Amino acid sequence: MKDLSLHLMDIAQNSIAAGATVIKISLVSRDGFLIFRLSDNGCGMDKEILEKVTDPFTTTRTTREVGMGIPLFKLSAEMTGGSFEIKSHKGKGTTTEARFVADSIDRIPLGDIDETLKALILAKPEIDYEISFRSNKAQFELKTENVKKYLNGVSISNFEVINWIAEKIREGMNEVFGGVLNEISG
Amino acid sequence: MKSLAELEAIRERALKEINLRDNTGKTRVVVGMATCGIAAGARPVMNAFVEELDKRNVQNVNVTMTGCIGACRLEPIAEVITSDGVKTTYVKLDPEKARKIVVEHLINGRPVEEYTINEAE
Repeated sequence: MKDLSLHLMDIAQNSIAAGATVIKISLVSRDGFLIFRLSDNGCGMDKEILEKVTDPFTTTRTTREVGMGIPLFKLSAEMTGGSFEIKSHKGKGTTTEARFVADSIDRIPLGDIDETLKALILAKPEIDYEISFRSNKAQFELKTENVKKYLNGVSISNFEVINWIAEKIREGMNEVFGGVLNEISG
Repeated sequence: MKSLAELEAIRERALKEINLRDNTGKTRVVVGMATCGIAAGARPVMNAFVEELDKRNVQNVNVTMTGCIGACRLEPIAEVITSDGVKTTYVKLDPEKARKIVVEHLINGRPVEEYTINEAE
């Protein structure tokens, strides 16, 4: 996993499998940290599973008994000197938070967050995605629920609509993180 | 800046096109998007399928995703399931191969044998 957008794809996949109808994604740059948070309203996990979830030998997949998604993400955050946490309530949902030390040489770049959102909306258009970016410079928010209301009769998975959303997200990333994170010039 | 006016223009264009669409007998393209697939490059493959279908104005194909298909060493994997239930499993894909599958299989109806799991195994 070479960037954050791919981890996002992976973690969001867990939310989809958990039957979520709303997925909230936030990226915040604050006090030298880049904080990634994804929360969903899926089925959640009980304590027993939650305790084991960062162990690679725990997985939801049925095809084999190894799951690397969460362990890799945790490692990626901890390698920078940051931290990783999952909170979950059975029946209510799950929140995954990864804190990266922003200037660490080991911090993976943001990557193409817009490409990930494109793939997610196309695959599961019925889910409402809420994306927010924040830094000391600016903030950005996009809710697909609002776009859907506006479209009124046209599908959100219409290719031009998807591209409009992706472009909007790219602009938001540049505005909020340009000059703030190393990989985006501002 | 992307504006709501642009979205409105897209909406109006799309509303005109909707009536022309034929949603019967949909073919499905299912891309494996578990950790194994994503790490191997499934996201650009999925987006390439969608872009090429749009470019060629193919309406009767749905692109979606699933979890681990069970052959992680062969990722990225995509299954093409036609309306008659016939399934073709493509392996070790990249965006270029995805585009070729759109043209050869989804438009012309000829599966690209060299990319199928039968050839790889």
